[in-house]
Amino acid sequence: MAVADIAVGTVPEVKGRSLWADARHRFLRNKAAVASLIIFCLIVAACFLAPHLGLRAPDDINWELESWGPPNLELGYLLGTDANNRDLFVRTLYGGQVSLLVGFTATLVSLVIGVIWGATAGFIGGRVDGFMMRIVDILYSIPFIFFVIMLTVVFGRFITLIYVAIGAVSWLDMARIVRGQTISIRRREFIEAAEASGVSKWRIITRHIIPNCLGPVVVYVTLTVPNVILTESFISFLGMGVQEPDSSWGTLVSEAAVVMEIAPWAIIGTGGILAVTLLCLNFIGDGMRDALDPKDR
Amino acid sequence: MLHYLMRRLGGAIPTLFVIIAGTFFLMRLAPGGPFARERKVPPEVEANLLKAYHLDEPLWQQFLRYLNGLLHGDFGPSFKYKDFSVAELIFGGFPVSLQLGGIAIVLALTIGLTLGIWAALRQNSITDYAAMSVSMVGIAVPNFVVAPILTLLIGMQLQLLPVGGWGHASNYVLPVIALCLPQIAAIARLTRASMIEVLSSNFVRTARAKGLPARVTITRHAIRAAVLPVVSYLGPAVANIITGSVVVEQIFSIPGIGRYFVQGSLNRDYTLVMGVTVFYGALIILCNLIADLLYGVLDPKVRYD
Repeated sequence: MAVADIAVGTVPEVKGRSLWADARHRFLRNKAAVASLIIFCLIVAACFLAPHLGLRAPDDINWELESWGPPNLELGYLLGTDANNRDLFVRTLYGGQVSLLVGFTATLVSLVIGVIWGATAGFIGGRVDGFMMRIVDILYSIPFIFFVIMLTVVFGRFITLIYVAIGAVSWLDMARIVRGQTISIRRREFIEAAEASGVSKWRIITRHIIPNCLGPVVVYVTLTVPNVILTESFISFLGMGVQEPDSSWGTLVSEAAVVMEIAPWAIIGTGGILAVTLLCLNFIGDGMRDALDPKDR
Repeated sequence: MLHYLMRRLGGAIPTLFVIIAGTFFLMRLAPGGPFARERKVPPEVEANLLKAYHLDEPLWQQFLRYLNGLLHGDFGPSFKYKDFSVAELIFGGFPVSLQLGGIAIVLALTIGLTLGIWAALRQNSITDYAAMSVSMVGIAVPNFVVAPILTLLIGMQLQLLPVGGWGHASNYVLPVIALCLPQIAAIARLTRASMIEVLSSNFVRTARAKGLPARVTITRHAIRAAVLPVVSYLGPAVANIITGSVVVEQIFSIPGIGRYFVQGSLNRDYTLVMGVTVFYGALIILCNLIADLLYGVLDPKVRYD
């Protein structure tokens, strides 16, 4: 163990770069991950480019059709219509914008809090570390989804709150991972060198510790995004998340679930797109882990 | 042992306090307050209402009153269900939720562990890949998508099982499946990973080297070590099942706590929402405590002092 640690510790910078090349190579060999990445990119592109794809507007009502009508390929209604005779497929794409944005934003919030918290605790160590991780432990046993829902009960249901609330509750794992990583890094020679040459603590954390934690952090970020999307959909499904006129995948699935007896294609379509997105993100995350963290395989 | 238990309890109590204080003060931050409605009530009536619910007292006094009530199992009156106290609603719904969640967690453990061990013993075979791909689907597809699709296929198309209601044994099947599928998947993946690690560890090699039959090596030595991560996952698993039950109870119209929570949140029934959060928080802490103790029993490296 010790020998291996020292060996890794003295790896010259050139090797450090080849670690990423190695990782990329390993990732590209993982067919499931690469296929997932392609599908996921297509979904993201379709959602965010929806206004420019020559599709109908999401609020375009067609009075000729029945509500919750079946898919109609001639008229281009891939998933049929929703309760108000609007194109369900287009609405799913626009709903995807909200879901994906929540996914990315909340993950970003959790990333910032988690990395700073974990790196600080791990770097300072001792009492401060004990205290900070004790807080994380306490927060771990709190039923968070209940708190997020409570926040929406108290402050009303607007999207920004949901972004921040979900992000603010999903940084705990990130903090633990970064702390573990920091503790293993801070005894290395280059940190000692930086300390000896009088670099400030804050600068050591931001310039040396955080960049060196990047591998596990990247892996964890890809696994946080689907979790966050799932949480948002869950809350929206219960009717406590995104509100009309906005819609997210959760609200669409929830609307479709009510009418699944007469319009089964609606729930299969909207739920299917949500499930495929989450599946892809999970496969990408797994592929990243195998690529960046080989000892975990 | 007793010392260890006391120390764990000492950790659990501040956590519970944080949950209670968090919910309490969050609810008091609410703009408008619980009696803000479209129709304005006369000021005297409002004053009387506030007095009846002790909302006219200073905040810290209300908090102490709430804490004191909780110690006696009193979660306060429900703001919306006028004839019920929150405790009556919670303890009325709990047996239902407990049955549902209990069956789900037992099933998830049995199937998940079996599947994980089975996949690990056939690592990188077709069965392994198949089991892990299926469990990935189980993790990724949310239960609020699984539940309606199950209802649609098994309940409506095939007419095999009832799609809602409560009381008969057949009512349990679909909700339990919807609830435990993601946990089966998570436990199977966890078990497989730790089993693979354990199988390549020194003590298993020693057991093999001294000529123990494969069956004994696996059941006596490998599995015992491999279930440890699963034991520490028990706390989160219970939390996930509780969260999942909120949506599953809603979909299958099951009269459990989760449904009250959703109704309470939609109606802004502050005390009910607070009560459920505190109750489930306490339950999760308890389950974490049990998981910790179990871990100590199973892992010879843990000492109780």
